[in-house]
Amino acid sequence: MRIGLFVPCYVDAFEPEVGIATLELLERFGLDVEYPFDQTCCGQPMTNTGCHAEAAATEALFVKNFSGFDYVVAPSGSCVHQVREHLTAIPQTDEVKAVRAKTFELVEFLHDVLKIEELPWAAFPHRVAYHSNCNALRGIGHARPSELNRPYFSKPLNLLKKVKGIEIVDLARPDECCGFGGTFSVFEPAVSAKMGYDKVTDQARAGADYVVSADSSCLMHQKGCAERLGVPLKYIHIAQVLNGAAA
Amino acid sequence: MSAREAIFARLKANRPAGDFPLPAVPDFAPLVGDDLVAEFTERLGKMGGRVERAGSPADPFAPVRSRLAGAAVIASAVPEFTGNRDLRTARRPQEMADVDVAIVRARFGVAETGSVLFTQDDLIVNSVAYLAQHLIVLLDPADLLTNIHAAYRRPEFGQSAYAVLHTGPSATADIEGVLIHGAQGVRSLTVLLLQRKIQAE
Amino acid sequence: MSEELNPREREGVIHPEVRARSDESERGPNGQRLQHAEAASKPIRADAPREPQPRGARIKGNRPIDQGEAAERFLAAPLHQKAHDERLWDVRKKRDTAAHGIPEWEELREIASQIKAHTLTHLDQYLAQFEAAAKANGVHVHWAEDGAAHNRIVLDILQKHGAKSLVKSKSMLTEECGFRHFMAAHDIDIIETDLGERIQQLDEEEPSHVVMPAVHKTRLDVADVFARTLGTDPDNDDAHYLAESQRETTRPLILKADAGLTGCNFAIAETGTVVTCTNEGNADLSGNVPPLQIHSIGIEKIIPKVEHLGVFIRLLSRSALGSPITQYTSHFRAPRAGTEMHMVLVDNGRSERLGMEEFWTSLKCIRCGACMNTCPVYRRSGGLSYGATYSGPIGLIIDPTFNKRKYSTLPFSSTMNGSCTNVCPVKINIHEQIFAWRKVLAEEHQIPLLKQGMMKAAGAVLSRPAAYRAAIGAADSALRALPRFAVYNPANTWGKKREMPHAPRQSFHAWYRQNRMNKDGQS
Repeated sequence: MRIGLFVPCYVDAFEPEVGIATLELLERFGLDVEYPFDQTCCGQPMTNTGCHAEAAATEALFVKNFSGFDYVVAPSGSCVHQVREHLTAIPQTDEVKAVRAKTFELVEFLHDVLKIEELPWAAFPHRVAYHSNCNALRGIGHARPSELNRPYFSKPLNLLKKVKGIEIVDLARPDECCGFGGTFSVFEPAVSAKMGYDKVTDQARAGADYVVSADSSCLMHQKGCAERLGVPLKYIHIAQVLNGAAA
Repeated sequence: MSAREAIFARLKANRPAGDFPLPAVPDFAPLVGDDLVAEFTERLGKMGGRVERAGSPADPFAPVRSRLAGAAVIASAVPEFTGNRDLRTARRPQEMADVDVAIVRARFGVAETGSVLFTQDDLIVNSVAYLAQHLIVLLDPADLLTNIHAAYRRPEFGQSAYAVLHTGPSATADIEGVLIHGAQGVRSLTVLLLQRKIQAE
Repeated sequence: MSEELNPREREGVIHPEVRARSDESERGPNGQRLQHAEAASKPIRADAPREPQPRGARIKGNRPIDQGEAAERFLAAPLHQKAHDERLWDVRKKRDTAAHGIPEWEELREIASQIKAHTLTHLDQYLAQFEAAAKANGVHVHWAEDGAAHNRIVLDILQKHGAKSLVKSKSMLTEECGFRHFMAAHDIDIIETDLGERIQQLDEEEPSHVVMPAVHKTRLDVADVFARTLGTDPDNDDAHYLAESQRETTRPLILKADAGLTGCNFAIAETGTVVTCTNEGNADLSGNVPPLQIHSIGIEKIIPKVEHLGVFIRLLSRSALGSPITQYTSHFRAPRAGTEMHMVLVDNGRSERLGMEEFWTSLKCIRCGACMNTCPVYRRSGGLSYGATYSGPIGLIIDPTFNKRKYSTLPFSSTMNGSCTNVCPVKINIHEQIFAWRKVLAEEHQIPLLKQGMMKAAGAVLSRPAAYRAAIGAADSALRALPRFAVYNPANTWGKKREMPHAPRQSFHAWYRQNRMNKDGQS
């Protein structure tokens, strides 16, 4: 099975260890993982702002880089949602459609495709608040959102339960958006930051030591808010926890 | 072109493409147990209404006696009780402004919501159900329906000039979420479970 | 000690043991706290000190609304913001409880959505059926192409009857039409009878929420407004006292009103019936007391049959407030003996919107407000920050259909988190329409040039690996480079309220080159 590893631009620039953990984790399962060297971004900053024409060349580059793999895996629900649902600024050739259909977020890839059963190397003896990225939750179906009257399930929590010593704490507003929202975070900074402060406060009140999420973008925003508020929470990507990060 | 014609022309021109059939409304299983009176009582209670069982045949109104005793003006739309304000001779809806207690009979009740239905024939003067300070509603337990779907299968909605479901008293919480009864309409709604008399007429 | 009791307790209206101090909400027969209608599930009394009420967006003609600026002022009033956020989140949670209590909830949503899709795509037929039924019932039917026509038609009806005062229940349609302002200019006295709407009318402010018009106000604000306009005691902020004062001052106006007007929640084609859902019974007062009765109906409110009403009634109040049904569900079909009943069917842009491929399903909206209650941006901004008749998520997708320039900024006041779509009882894909609106607005150059320019620059860098690598190649330049495609703007809006991300030793790309590639550049 040939896997193309997509490392989103902000992970590449700010959270390289998330990319490393994703690569190592996939390799632990004996997969043949390649990192196309000319990759940049999925195009989300532009389409998120309505600028589809401005995203077309970036989208074309993405397809060029990831064509021909059995699966494309990325440690970001948000970017995968963009590829799967919104990579439409370029003509929808068979090649484009194939890349879009084969792009998976790490959690769903482990949970639904690999159907992994154990993570013997993983131990994380900490109190953890899980943050559901909205695109992962409602866009690509990571879990049953609290609004819907459907049977409960959570793919990320199913995976985290396989990690030794981890304790998941409950948030008062588990599915509430943290206010990152892509370019929203810079174009609507006051509301964005207030949402972030409220999220961080909820996490701290729940007694968490760590916040774990499948999206570095939300974590980057929350971490910035927590540091500004002086809240001693630590933020870590689920790929790192599943790959056996000690802390 | 009249406004009507212009609107219809645009609606035709702008009709979205595609096939959108009208779905059937399934016969949903009622979410209430067999004891409709108990369900109705509980649910109306949560909506701020009260349910009382009628007193003895000699004094069916005993449970609401204290409410009636304190009332100067009582308007009754039911043969079981004679008030002191005659609804049938009222000429204007505004005349109901000084009614303390109105007594009316519901066509039916809905167990799942705790609602009761009136039509203009039951109220005689529609405004009395809103201008009165308090409302006493007679309901025959045999007239309880299971849910709102059953209610909308009843003929009253296609036949009455006015039909209304009351589920408790007038309420508001527009000021800081504080629940207040008697926002604009009645301050209380009490259902008295009392069988219909078989009318000889 | 006795001075600490609030006025109602002093008067012995409610026994002190029945409720906790500062909890004034009504109790049921067994003493349990009631939570129907829009009641909060716990007391949320905002603590003193007094904080001036933040006002809404500054309207500058046709210029784009600056929602963010108004939101920032709302956030600068923490007592208001906190009360607003917690109150609406409470309503959202009550909605969840109600929805999760019905096994067929998701099926009901789907059926409701399909009924609306069917009706909207056959609207001409159903409107004709409705009109014929209404006329057969003895109702006068009028057609208005826009808000101005609606106002003229109603004025004409009033003038023919010599009517000088009109009591009305809440209607978002009349807000759309600027009805109150128009009538004031024609010396018609309009009296709102919904408590929240009345508060807003007396304060000369628009409603901030479709269901709870004054939800952005604290009791202290209401006490101020009523002291100023109704002559109440400015120091008495007891909610019961305030509500009772409103009742006592409005009742005489209802009794002497020449006409009554209601909005319409549902209009039934087969019977010609107008259905209103209220908790106060004020639509019934408006419809049943004055000698002249008018109903204003948006043409999208039609549903085919009475049996369909059950689906919507089960969804509406549960979605809106978490209450199983409104206190009053009223079905107006024909005039009372000796009076006239008029129905005004209003288009005001709806037939045009029906032709917008990506946006016509927004016409399914039943105005429950669930999307507002769940929206994290709305809860922290206040409804007035949108500067439009419709605020919150549904406003973001409806308002631009009325004025693409003025409301061009609104679809950007969202994180597109999708919660709105999930709570919508008629399954409007709200957050996807927000996304689609952004595209339309960018294509039509209705977004700021600066923003579009930034995106063009970002696209240029991100589509060329060499340029991208040059920008973030060295780890310590990443922070300076990131603004090129993500966070750049002159004011550093990221860093104002958040710490900047810490620059790592090296990028993933650099790590990969160093650790996973041989000297030939092969991995």
